[in-house]
Amino acid sequence: MNPLLTVRGAGVRIGDATLLDGVDVAVRTGEVLVVVGPNGAGKSTLLSVLAGDRAPDAGTVTWQGEPLAAVRPGELARRRAVLLQENRVAFPFRVVDVVRMGRAPWEGSSSADRDDAVVAAALAAADVTHLAARRFPTLSGGEKARVSLARVLAQEARLLLLDEPTAALDVKHQTRVLAQARRHADAGGAAVVVLHDLPLAAAWADRVVVLHRGAVVADGAPADVLTSALLTDVYDHTVDVLTHPVTGALLVLPRHGSHERQEVAS
Amino acid sequence: MSAAVEQQRADAAPAPSPAPGPLPPARTGRVTALFTVLAVTLGVLAVVSAGSGQLHVPASEVLGALARGVGLDLGPEPAHPHGYTALWTVRFPRVVMAVLVGAALAAAGAVMQGVFGNPLAEPGVVGVSSGAAVAAAATIALGLTAFGPWTTAAAAFVGGLVATFVVYAMARAGGRTEVVTLVLTGVAVNAVCGAGLALFTFLGDTQAREEIVFWQLGSLNGTRWVYVAIVAPLVVLGLVGAIVLARRLDLLALGERPARHLGVDVERLRVVAVVLVAMLTAAAVAFCGIISFVGLVVPHLVRMAVGPGHRVLVPASALGGAVLLLAADLVARTVVPYAELPIGMLTALVGGPFFLWLVYRTRRQAGGWA
Repeated sequence: MNPLLTVRGAGVRIGDATLLDGVDVAVRTGEVLVVVGPNGAGKSTLLSVLAGDRAPDAGTVTWQGEPLAAVRPGELARRRAVLLQENRVAFPFRVVDVVRMGRAPWEGSSSADRDDAVVAAALAAADVTHLAARRFPTLSGGEKARVSLARVLAQEARLLLLDEPTAALDVKHQTRVLAQARRHADAGGAAVVVLHDLPLAAAWADRVVVLHRGAVVADGAPADVLTSALLTDVYDHTVDVLTHPVTGALLVLPRHGSHERQEVAS
Repeated sequence: MSAAVEQQRADAAPAPSPAPGPLPPARTGRVTALFTVLAVTLGVLAVVSAGSGQLHVPASEVLGALARGVGLDLGPEPAHPHGYTALWTVRFPRVVMAVLVGAALAAAGAVMQGVFGNPLAEPGVVGVSSGAAVAAAATIALGLTAFGPWTTAAAAFVGGLVATFVVYAMARAGGRTEVVTLVLTGVAVNAVCGAGLALFTFLGDTQAREEIVFWQLGSLNGTRWVYVAIVAPLVVLGLVGAIVLARRLDLLALGERPARHLGVDVERLRVVAVVLVAMLTAAAVAFCGIISFVGLVVPHLVRMAVGPGHRVLVPASALGGAVLLLAADLVARTVVPYAELPIGMLTALVGGPFFLWLVYRTRRQAGGWA
């Protein structure tokens, strides 16, 4: 299948630091692509390149053959929606008004007629309908993250770019977010999700890209990519990969064993 | 995808999203009430203000004179022999100027807070007003008249623009403005502009000195129709521009990157907003001097009443600013018999403590300094 968004040979440098180096990534329709890697591997930088926030110093980014840099901001907003790690709102807007902001790219188009329905559906999908009349600054961290997700969903963009969307969430809502990404991809969209949580990545990804020191070290199905050897090497920490005895699913378990305890003790 | 993974997902996936509930209603009722109250107050205050002063004119005669002036033979004529002339040459231009300047300052405050993402940004506090004042003072002291009566206004615009860009460039880091940085930048800009004003006061002749001193105090005294004609188009243009930007200013509250993700051309929005702030501030400062805190107090009160959405905030602030300045001017020229208080002094007297309270409240809130 033709990829929706293609990154070829992307390099990003800031001063002497190389954040990305020769990265090739293709985002395909119908796919949940999970990006994993240790701190400072370049995950967020890759996401900003995919989002069109940052033009790479080397290489190309194309949306179905069209250079991403040539797409105007308004048009880009109808194609891709981005959820950042940190979500703040400068003034005490109500939750419903924050989610309604997600409809801005469709202002004046025929889709604007559906604004109310889309906003209501997005609030429900992120499980924040009961918070709709609350003011954003009064919410907890996890609630803010879910409201921001609702805003991103209300944007109805074909591509979802989610940067650690599960970081502040409880188990139930972590699962919901990824189920939402799954549903979005199944409905003909695509989702790129940056995750730190390897078990979640194993459970929900169609494809996993492992970044390490700004380069792609693996790209493929979770079962092929998430191996004990590779993860242990990349994270510099022992990671076991097992098979669930009941479901047969992939279990990725960072080892919290005697070795680390000894280090702490010594 | 393996059957096992499918199975695991089926197990783990929560029930489909609950049915969407009804959205909380928009607060159209409160918004309509606010606009109605402000518009009625403005109308009443305008008539009362025009009739008050050393020469008292009853409201009915004020309306009669107004009707006659636009060619309608309605209502009673002012009983006093000079009543009609006094109203049309002194009072009416002054009332119109108060409305224009109040609207300009409050709208400039609302736009500035929106673009800085900070409720403490205000043209007076961050030094835009004094930037405009120092440039205008230069034209007075040096006797510059390159653009005729427009010279002072044009200089005020350029001064305000430079000051706004300086503050903007200095006070922002990573797409946000820390309160401390913003206020300290304001202190620095105000200090430099204060020095500039002092220099031009020193350089100017006696008449220029008097004019410059009157600026720093701020006053609507001596307003003439020709000034109104210069200020009005700037204010109208600035207000229309600010209302056009309103929706994009809402999105900017999410931060620069999220605003860009929603299709806002942030760089262009910033430049346009800064030019609008400078234009509105210059319009206010050009003939009436530094009247601070209007842009701080009014948008804040409006936000408390109807929320922070800029499509309501900007026009409601403009209306509220007009009411506030009209009331302040009425007090300034009637509270002490046969004397006129500088209006800038009055607004600062009320606005200063309000600013303190705002700083205190902001600091108490979690992460309030951001």
